[in-house]
Amino acid sequence: MNVLQFTDNGIYCPAGDFYIDPWKPVTRAVITHAHADHARSGNQYYLCENATVPLLRLRLGNDIQVQGIAYGESLFFNGVKISLHPAGHMIGSAQIRVEQNGEVWVVSGDYKLENDGLSTPFEPLRCHTFITESTFGLPIYRWAPQQQIFNHIVQWIYANQQAEKASVILAYSLGKAQRLLYHLKNKIDRFLVHGAIAIPHELLLQEGWPLPPVERITPDTPKAAFKNAVIIAPPSAEDHVWMRRFQPYALGICSGWMQVRGHMRRRNADAGFALSDHADWPGLLDAVTATGAEQVYVTHGFSSVFARYLNEKGIAAKEVSTSYGDEELIITPEI
Amino acid sequence: MQQFAQLVQLLSNSTKTNEKLEALSHYFATAPEKDKSWVLALFSGRRPKRTVNSTQLKTWCIQVTGLANWLFDECYHTVGDLAETIALLLPPPATPRSAPLHYWLEQLQQLEKATETTKQTFILDAWNALDSGERFVFNKLITGGFRIGVSQKMMVNALAQTYHIEAAILSHMISGNWDPREVTIANLLHQHTTGANASRPYPFYLAYALEGLPESLGAEKDWQAEWKWDGIRGQIIKRENQLFVWSRGEELITEKFPEFTPLLTTLPDGTVLDGEIVTFANGLPLSFQTLQTRIGRKNVTRKQLQEAPVIFLSYDLLEWEGSDIREKPLAERRALLEQLVQQINLPLLQLSPEIIFDAWEQLTLLRLQSRDKGSEGLMLKSKRAPYQVGRKRGDWWKWKIDPFTIDAVMIYAQKGHGRRSNLYTDYTFAVRDGDQLVPFTKAYSGLTDKEIAEVDNWVKRHSLEKFGPVRTVQPELVFEIAFEGIAASNRHKSGVALRFPRINRWRKDKPVAEINTLDDLKTLLQLNSGQSNA
Repeated sequence: MNVLQFTDNGIYCPAGDFYIDPWKPVTRAVITHAHADHARSGNQYYLCENATVPLLRLRLGNDIQVQGIAYGESLFFNGVKISLHPAGHMIGSAQIRVEQNGEVWVVSGDYKLENDGLSTPFEPLRCHTFITESTFGLPIYRWAPQQQIFNHIVQWIYANQQAEKASVILAYSLGKAQRLLYHLKNKIDRFLVHGAIAIPHELLLQEGWPLPPVERITPDTPKAAFKNAVIIAPPSAEDHVWMRRFQPYALGICSGWMQVRGHMRRRNADAGFALSDHADWPGLLDAVTATGAEQVYVTHGFSSVFARYLNEKGIAAKEVSTSYGDEELIITPEI
Repeated sequence: MQQFAQLVQLLSNSTKTNEKLEALSHYFATAPEKDKSWVLALFSGRRPKRTVNSTQLKTWCIQVTGLANWLFDECYHTVGDLAETIALLLPPPATPRSAPLHYWLEQLQQLEKATETTKQTFILDAWNALDSGERFVFNKLITGGFRIGVSQKMMVNALAQTYHIEAAILSHMISGNWDPREVTIANLLHQHTTGANASRPYPFYLAYALEGLPESLGAEKDWQAEWKWDGIRGQIIKRENQLFVWSRGEELITEKFPEFTPLLTTLPDGTVLDGEIVTFANGLPLSFQTLQTRIGRKNVTRKQLQEAPVIFLSYDLLEWEGSDIREKPLAERRALLEQLVQQINLPLLQLSPEIIFDAWEQLTLLRLQSRDKGSEGLMLKSKRAPYQVGRKRGDWWKWKIDPFTIDAVMIYAQKGHGRRSNLYTDYTFAVRDGDQLVPFTKAYSGLTDKEIAEVDNWVKRHSLEKFGPVRTVQPELVFEIAFEGIAASNRHKSGVALRFPRINRWRKDKPVAEINTLDDLKTLLQLNSGQSNA
């Protein structure tokens, strides 16, 4: 039984008449998380996890009609049971569990298995069919434990300060930036941030998330403030004149793509830190295995590779094309 | 090895020349003596002999990781570097152990005649000992080619800084044939500038491209004009009754060109000539393609010697009667050279003729005949200038003719290597032939990073089929392809082979229906056959 279908508008549940992360405007949209490639504008009604609600309003406007529910809480659309479960990707990120007549399908959205301290940790769910992302679905992507990466970042910042340079760290404005701030807050006393990071940060502080205070960089920020400073900016600031004011500085990029030398070299960064909010290869395998699913659909990423690998392991898997991407590579305005 | 791995990481990450120079010079000041000469050798293209090949590395990595062949290949095509792919795939080292760079290199050298099993045991043992950064450089030592943006010039400058020796002299000291197992940097740098090693070439003087018209260079009478030859830049050295032929890449290529053997008995001792090795028949150079049949072969066959005979078109004299005369003005060196070539009087040693001209306008017109002369443009050299080291602006200019261009459609795309890893950057282009599309060239360069990102994104969305690493794409994107030469070829489906093809620009304005045809290429081929094709 096809509880969910892949349509031109997105992943659709015919019995419940709703879409999950649709990429074209629909009547009812269930949203996995607040990143732009998953939460698009123009839908008449949104359902998401409670923590995603303010983020969705920030991104899509206060006038959207949105309902929040808690992780584990469920509701019914035309007799189809829907519940949201932690995906560990970012604050409020959820896997969507859909159950119809005892048949269970789960849409992963984006996820990672490591507990980042802010997002509610990933929860494995048993299901018949699992729809998984595969952003880093190649065995070359195996993340180091985050503590090790944060130690490298801190050492790098200290070395820059020794050399009298500011440290500019590029991290995606919603998710990665907060993870970084959360883990550096006990080592670094002062953070300067780009407006695209300051805006959701302010909101998250109001919502009570345990984040350190930050200073927003404005045209009036004196140049002296940047000396030896730690500055966090979104990837879109790279190669932008905005960065010139920080001279002299060293540039570090936080992204899973930094795992591969060539990728880092073409970004012209001084340092790359392979810190990702997506599951690495072992993570994807663990997640899929834990579902016990008899059928797996592999979406955005190295989908053909991962699907073929699963088939060889005896798990029936198919590649599906969707309009989701890697939030870092998708060209959308930041917030 | 740690120190070397860190050096490599810093060099490959940094985009700033000063930082790299600093790192190298710090390395040369602090690294173990034996490691240093290896690093010098590695970064100046003196690669150690390969004792283990890439296929073996791949096979053993697959054994260790238990990955399927196809999955390994997918990883490789994404990373774009075998050494790095393996370093990323291997599990963490079981028994970490550290040893200096020269230890690993010497061990590798000793494997030359070892059995496959011994080799495998050694490699697996090394992988088990080294951390991931070290593993990457270790694998790189085997697969070769550290392309990390360190030029010969930068290394010379770093050494010059560390050892307080003038760069030009130092550059000469470290050139030539030497073995890092036998020579230390200290040895190299303590030798006398000339004579210590008879084979040593001088660093080549390289020209900058002239932008705009030559009028900016000043008075015509101060300049010497020659054709710019498309061959192998080389130096011929006769010292201590031995003959040496060097290529610009500082590769000793004497044995590849037995034609030059008569020079051993005819050139006076203490002579160094600079010039171009070209294939030549009936008074004109042949296409570069014919010369290509002579490159990369250890032994030359009689047939090749007949089909692609080479000569040396000399244009400078750097050493005369045992003295370095590079400081003399070109006019004086040229006079000596002309005298010498005349005296030797052998067809295999010719002068690159001087083009006589009175006015720049006249030369501008003559330049248009370059292709008929089998050349790719003009060289302009200041008659008063000394012979300098490396690429220096001011005294030597190359003034190339405009390239050929053809509008073509992209039909295949493949992911690139190095800093283009995991991006579709290597494209195959086709022209029209009736209602068919005929592939005729590949091109890898010419687009900006932004355009590459755009094409990459497009390829991912418009690919039709996948053949290993190659994607066929809908024939929609039109590009202008520029190239320097065209020759008939029976190895290519299109019947032509191009010289230096690259993307000139993306013709977003041009529909596929209006691209060039195979006939257009054939017309260019005929026009270009003033250059006789073998």
